[in-house]
Parts: sequence; structure tokens; C-alpha cells
Amino acid sequence: MTSADPYASARETTEGRVYTVTGGDWDEVLEDAAGDERIVMNLGPQHPSTHGVLRLVLELEGETVTQMRSVIGYLHTGIEKNTEYRTWTQGVTFVTRMDYLAPLSNEAAYCMGVEKLLGIEVPRRAQIGRVLLLELNRISSHLVALATGGMELGALTGMTNGFREREEALHLLEHLTGLRMNHAFIRPGGLAQDFPEDYQEKVSEFIKVMDKRLPDYDKLLTGNPIWQARLKDVGYLPVDACLALGITGPVLRSAGLPWDLRKTEPYLGYEEYDFEVPTTTEADSYGRYLIRLEEIHQSLKIMKQCLRKLEPGPVMVDDAKIAWPAKLTIGSDGMGNSLEHVRKIMGQSMESLIHHFKLVTEGFRVPPGQVYVPIESPRGELGYHMVSDGGTRPMRVHVREPSFVNLQAMPAMSEGALVSDLIAAVASLDPVMGGCDR
Amino acid sequence: MRKGVAVSEEDKLIGSGKPDPGDEHSSAEHQDAGLEPAEGAARPADYQPVVAGRARAGMFGVSDAGDTSGYGGLRLPAHVAPPTERPYGGWFDELADDLLEALRAKGIAESAIQQVTVDRGEITFYVHREHLVGVCWTLREDPSLRFELCSSVSAVDYGVDVPQRLHSVYHLTSMTYRRRIRLEVAVDVDDPHIPSVVEVYPTADWQERENWDMFGIVYDGHPALTRILMPDDWDGHPQRKDYPLGGIPVEYKGAEIPPPDERRAYS
Repeated sequence: MTSADPYASARETTEGRVYTVTGGDWDEVLEDAAGDERIVMNLGPQHPSTHGVLRLVLELEGETVTQMRSVIGYLHTGIEKNTEYRTWTQGVTFVTRMDYLAPLSNEAAYCMGVEKLLGIEVPRRAQIGRVLLLELNRISSHLVALATGGMELGALTGMTNGFREREEALHLLEHLTGLRMNHAFIRPGGLAQDFPEDYQEKVSEFIKVMDKRLPDYDKLLTGNPIWQARLKDVGYLPVDACLALGITGPVLRSAGLPWDLRKTEPYLGYEEYDFEVPTTTEADSYGRYLIRLEEIHQSLKIMKQCLRKLEPGPVMVDDAKIAWPAKLTIGSDGMGNSLEHVRKIMGQSMESLIHHFKLVTEGFRVPPGQVYVPIESPRGELGYHMVSDGGTRPMRVHVREPSFVNLQAMPAMSEGALVSDLIAAVASLDPVMGGCDR
Repeated sequence: MRKGVAVSEEDKLIGSGKPDPGDEHSSAEHQDAGLEPAEGAARPADYQPVVAGRARAGMFGVSDAGDTSGYGGLRLPAHVAPPTERPYGGWFDELADDLLEALRAKGIAESAIQQVTVDRGEITFYVHREHLVGVCWTLREDPSLRFELCSSVSAVDYGVDVPQRLHSVYHLTSMTYRRRIRLEVAVDVDDPHIPSVVEVYPTADWQERENWDMFGIVYDGHPALTRILMPDDWDGHPQRKDYPLGGIPVEYKGAEIPPPDERRAYS
């Protein structure tokens, strides 16, 4: 290496010579490495094509990946530990920040765990409302998967279209829950509050917009020969490998197994809804793209049924020892205090004030025991293993994160393939590092 | 506790009007079912209770100053996962029969299953660690069981004073029969060794690494048991109950708010 560039220098280590490549200087590296065909390369953790702070250590022969290992943990924030120091209700605000593309899946699974521990059932309107939010969230999550996947493969129009539609979904989520992300809207016992009065029109508008725009993806990508060439037979993972590695979600369904917990182990009344579980038998990245696209259509179908099913009623359990006492409302800056409630507890009812104070600061006690609650998040089986020892705080909250488990498939999907195929394989797994690292 | 008290002593205690905290007159006696093992239940000679929680005293969990709630004498025993007697109900009995039969066929003693607990519609098999891999192979391979998917491997630390405080918990799914079960292995913190199930369920690879990283459970036979979420040179295992949460006090409107793990807790 003759270059004097301080950022692209070579240094000797115990593992061999290490180069820092900054771009434009590959020729020098390759010239220097000629004759020794093996190159070990770090892809990420800061790289636009690694789907977040994921680091992939690649051993390359030419442009072929001979070995690859994923390195994770760059986004570890100790959420599971933190929940052990908060009340059961406060935990919702933590878990919603894990998988930030599917916050409502996390909230729903967490709350279903608390409810199972408590042995309570949430009102029907809350259940249907949860389904509505979960499916809306699935749409927005799959749109990001398509968008970032497109970006990573150079299909920038796919990216701009995906994010445009996702923005519609986030606008609707903001209208329904007060926030675009990190909603903390699903609470143990039901929902934080009822939907706004005009939710029917807004949801119908959204469905109409999506029904109009979704065919664009077929025109833009599905039949696109470049898109197909980049995805077909790439990231191959057959069903036996999926089961051995614990892979669930669209990746498993792309291998031909129609395993969707909404159908196989229905929760929140999913057995009442009419929808299909799309599968393909190609077990490749293209199949996963098709499945995600079709799941958006199916989610819209479920949302329409939700609108028909929603009838007036309570959205929180009747038990005043569990139900969040503050009647929150949506203000101009998101969900916040209800002035009416504040007036009541501060001016009229001392007992209400005491009750509010006790429940908000102390929380409720949950009978000891443990539960495991799995739901179908956009990425696969999202399971909450929750342990209570009878206190007002969890003893342990463990999250079986589909991103975490699914990332184990990366070596099986990419070894022997080209680097560009590895990028397509990561995109088809659609890991969210916030969920993976927790 | 209740059995050992003679009638005359009881009369004396009532007469004195001053029951000792935690004795048979305290409210600790009026627990919901499940906090203590049911009286009279048949126990094998080597029965070891699975302690899953910590004992509590008082109302607010105060240890340094007096409990001003008036409930300072309240004593709550630690939760013990109660063994369930047959019939377990539903498909649990059929599954347990099939499992025991398959274990016998493989030459694994019935005592490999330390305890069975059915709670909230979920069945838990507490397994002795030396038989864990054999039980997992049986569960995966036997045609009547077919637990093809290992959904989750998590760990729990039940606290410093609890015997066998570290638990490794396996959630297995049978896609064939649409069933879920839980296996649990408890070990002491001084000897935190559990055989790895990676050879049976390759998906346990990262999850066991996470449990090593977070709890310091050593999975013997794991192909590469290294840290996964924390940096490689990290000291300690953050999810242990005696590992502090961290954080600094914050001043807010003139008052100092302590970090979350030092605030007054009600649990």
C-alpha cells in the first residue's frame, strides 16, 4: 500500500493485514491483496444496505461470500431489564420501543400477557380495535420492508412509493392513537381510550387510497425483470431449514408452510375474520416480496371487517382496580391529560384522587405465575414470556423477537452467494434491529 | 406452620392479644391458593419445591425505614410453583402419557421430570438438567409428540436468596398437533451449568448465547458460547437481580428524583 491517505491505510494485526477502505480506493486494496484470494470484510454496522445497525462479517473470495457471521447488539438498550423496575402498565411504554416498525404488535402481545396473568378478558370493542390497529401496523411495517428492500437493491422508486404509502398509514395511526410511533395505546385491560368520533371515515379513506395505490407495486416491481432477476432464487431457505433455525413469519410462509398464528392459534378473535394466508413454494426473496404484498391486501380486508364489527361499548375492563383511571384524550400534541378528569380529581372527589394516585404510582398486583403469549407480528412469532411473583412489577419479561431469531438464518441464506445477493437476503428477512437487540 | 401449633399455645396467643408478625394470626395465612403447596398432597420423598419468587414483608417493600402503612407485620411467603396432580385436564394428560412412554422407550427414567405444573392453561415440565437433552430429543422425534419448533429459550433469575435461582425456560411448539409446552430447568448460581440443546434445536444457538450474556448460565456443549448483546469485554451479567439497573439522580423542579432502581417500590 503506497497511499498516504490517513483514512485508507493498512496496518498489521495478529489476524493479518487490515485495511480501512473509505471508497474509491478499492483498486489499491485489491492490488495489494492479489494472490491471496481471501478477504475478510466488515459490512456495517453503519451501512445503508444492512437494514439498521447490523454488522455482517464476510469472508470473500472475489465477490462470493464463503463465510458470514452476523454481529448484533449495537442497539441493545436493556428494555427487558428496565421493565422489571416499572409497574405492569408502564411496561407498555418500553416494549413499544423495541420493534419500532411494529410497536402495536409489541404492545398487544405484552398486554395479552398481563391479561392472561391477571385472568381477565378485555371488552369486545377493545379486541376489535386491537385487531384494527395490528393490521394497520402490519401494513405500515410491510410497506417499510418493501421500501427499504427496494432502496437496498437500488429500486429507489420502490422506496419513495413505499414510504409515501407508509406515511398514509402513520397519519391514520396518529389520528387514531395520537402518535405515529411508540403509541402506548394498547394497555393492560383494553385500550387507553376510544377511537376519535370520525374514525370510520378516516379508516375508510385510508383503505380507499391503499386499494388505489397498491396495484402500482405490481406495475412497478412484481413484473419488473430487474426486480425479478435480483430476487428470484436468492436467499433460498427451505422449510426444514426454517424449522431447524426457528424461522417464522413471511420467510417460513415463502417456503410453503402456511403457519400464521392468526389462523393456527387464533387470538383476539381472529377466527371470526375472513382472510387468507398467502404462501409460495419458491422459498426465495421474490416469494417473500409477493407474500408481504399480498398480506397488505389481506390486512386491508381484515380492517374492513373490523369497521363492520365495531359496535359502541367500553374499551377498557370494568375493574377499577386495573383500568387506567386517567381518561386520556388526544390534544394538539398527542395523547395527554383529560381536563375533565383533572377537574374531577382535583376539585370534586378526594376518593378519585386517591384512587388515581394509588393506581398510577403503585400499580396493580398480578398473581404469581408465568405465561407465554405468542402473536403473529409482521416478522413472525413474537412471544412474550412473562413472570410475576405477585408484585406490582414484572419479575421478568422476555421477548422472543422474530428479528433476533430470524437473523440466525443469514449464514444459511448467503454463504456461497454473491455480496449483492446477501443484501437481497437481508432485505427479505426484514430484521428490525431495535427489536433484535432490545 | 399451622400444624405445629398446639391448642393451648394458640389460646395463649389469642389471650395475650399480641400475635408475632408472620405467625398463624397474621394475614399471611389468608393467601390465595397457589402461594403455598396444598395441604395433604402426596409428595415424593425427594420433593424439592420450585421457588419462583421472593418473600415479602410489609406493604411498601420498605427495608431501611419503618413501614408507615400499618402493615409492617405482614409476611408473604415466596411463591412456590405448585405441582399439579392428575388429571391435568384437556390434552395435557394425553401428552404427559405419551411423553412418559417415549422416555421409557428411550431408557430415560421417569424421575427426569421433576415436577409438572399446569397454570393458566399452560403446562410446565420441570426437568433435571442431566436429562434435558434426552427429553428434548424425545419431544422432537417421537411421532406422538413432534415438537418441531423451539419457539423461545429464555431465562429467569428469581433473586439473590432463592435456592436454584437461575431458571432456563424452553417454549416448544408442536406444529403437527398445534400444542405448546414449557420445559424449565433450575440451577444454582454457583453451578450454573445446563447442557446445550443446540444439537436438537439449532435455533437455540443465539438464545442460549443471550442467556449466557444476560444471566451467566453456561450451556455446556454450545458451539460458541460468547456474548451476543453486550460487548465482548463486558463484566458481569446484566439481567441478574443483583446487577444494578444503573442511572443517576435527576433534578426536576428543585426536587431530586432518584434513579428507577432506588425509588420507593410497592412491590
